Amino acid sequence: MGWYDKLFDAESYTLANGKTVSQKFTRVPLLVLLLLIAIGISVWVTGFKLTTLFTNLSGFWNIFGSMFPPKLSYFMQVWQPLLMTIQMSFFGSFFGALLALPFAVLAAHNITNNKIVNLLIRFILTVVRTIPTLVSALIATYIFGLGTFAGTVAIFLFSFSFVGKQLFEYIETVDMGAYEALTATGANAPRAFVTTIFPQILPIYLSTALFAFEGNVRYAAILGYVGAGGIGMILNEKIGWREFNSVGMILLSIFVAVVIIETVSQRLRKHLS
Amino acid sequence: MNNNLENVLKKEPRRALQYSLIAIVLVILLAVSSPALHGAHVTTKGIEIGWNILMGILMPDTSLLFGLNDSSVAYLILQTIAIAFLGTLVGAVIAVPLSFISATNIVPRPVVIVTRFIIMAIRTVPSLVYGLMFIRVTGPGPFAGVMTLAIVSIGMISKLFIETIEDLDSGILESLDACGSTFFQKIRYGVLPQLSSDFISILVYRFDMNLREATILGLVGAGGIGAPMIFAMGAYHWHQVGAILIGLFILVFVVEIISNKLRQKILYG
Repeated sequence: MGWYDKLFDAESYTLANGKTVSQKFTRVPLLVLLLLIAIGISVWVTGFKLTTLFTNLSGFWNIFGSMFPPKLSYFMQVWQPLLMTIQMSFFGSFFGALLALPFAVLAAHNITNNKIVNLLIRFILTVVRTIPTLVSALIATYIFGLGTFAGTVAIFLFSFSFVGKQLFEYIETVDMGAYEALTATGANAPRAFVTTIFPQILPIYLSTALFAFEGNVRYAAILGYVGAGGIGMILNEKIGWREFNSVGMILLSIFVAVVIIETVSQRLRKHLS
Repeated sequence: MNNNLENVLKKEPRRALQYSLIAIVLVILLAVSSPALHGAHVTTKGIEIGWNILMGILMPDTSLLFGLNDSSVAYLILQTIAIAFLGTLVGAVIAVPLSFISATNIVPRPVVIVTRFIIMAIRTVPSLVYGLMFIRVTGPGPFAGVMTLAIVSIGMISKLFIETIEDLDSGILESLDACGSTFFQKIRYGVLPQLSSDFISILVYRFDMNLREATILGLVGAGGIGAPMIFAMGAYHWHQVGAILIGLFILVFVVEIISNKLRQKILYG
């Protein structure tokens, strides 16, 4: 930003004691200009029009309004896919978190002292993490066929990469004193890890896994859109048939389930820390 | 000396019962969740497709990946970024007033409970459902994506904004009062400097998340890089799928790095 300060002179004040202080010229105009350019390009690329929005917004409210009141009797058909969604999330999160542990150990440079292994594992975690869950679910449906298993695989991959990243970053900050003391007395590395590092990372590990599970329940609700099982299947179907009061019931069920799971899991996480 | 050590060791709390209980609960939950494995079989066709996807990523369609026309990866990336950017901005415009009327230090408790419930309800509806609803408003295309992301962002942005607002140091406002500042001077020199860096960092973070979200909105026809990908997959054009996946990866990866750097700079100078 040196050129900017050269272009616009700094303001200087002379204080009562004769000292001169200066303040750099404000950067607000430059930032506002950049922001306006970015907005202009975005509006042009996306075709954003406020007038369309306000004239057609009634369509949105119509759909929204027709979700009320939710068709309560439809719950009999909702609870099974909902349960399936939670089962998928649990199964995927559990095994994802389980697999994340050895990978996190390999990615942490203070435990695995090998740059190539560290970088390779981190690269794998990053690649898996950047692919959106819905996209991996879509790919999984092509490989494993339509059904809940594809969704479970997608959730598994997400949990694995998320927990793996959080965990290896945490492992790198733990206190290594006890570990070094144990290896100095002749313990081998796995033994020393289990008795000294593992107790330190366990609370964070469990609470990260729980956090991933929470998010997964919310996310698994839409996996059905690509045919990967769960409540998203009937959600997609009912939207297609425009049975919006059934859609309302599905959304209400998801809302209640998510609130219950988040409350329980937040309790558990608070207890852990 | 040895006795001493043994005594210390014996004093260590016995967690065996606790651990085995947790293990039993987990095993039961896993057994209950086993229907999630339903349909777990790999067909030879599945393996072939998996192999083709891998080949597609290794040998992407270079004209799609490096081209500069309307359907190229570069343009799709620009469109995805534009959707995420505008979506975040519109979301912020809606979220700011909403968070001021949900902060306990500004409005009374009953109002807070109502507004927070609304925010939570907004958050629960999956983004694809909003996408399908907005397509009826704006027609299919990136515009629908912008509005979808705007609504989806409200939940998280206002939740974090509320925390920032509730952390406002009122001592500064009192001292400005004592100096005889006017109402607008108090906002300009007392409130804005306290909020701006947190607000901007929250928005940058949400932009990062919206970008991931924008990549999948194409599945419902709301623009972005997702739509051509699902078409290419449906048509089994794996080299195009590979090109788009590579573009997606680079986009998300680069934006994540930039947003992390930017937030560090904003928050800690």
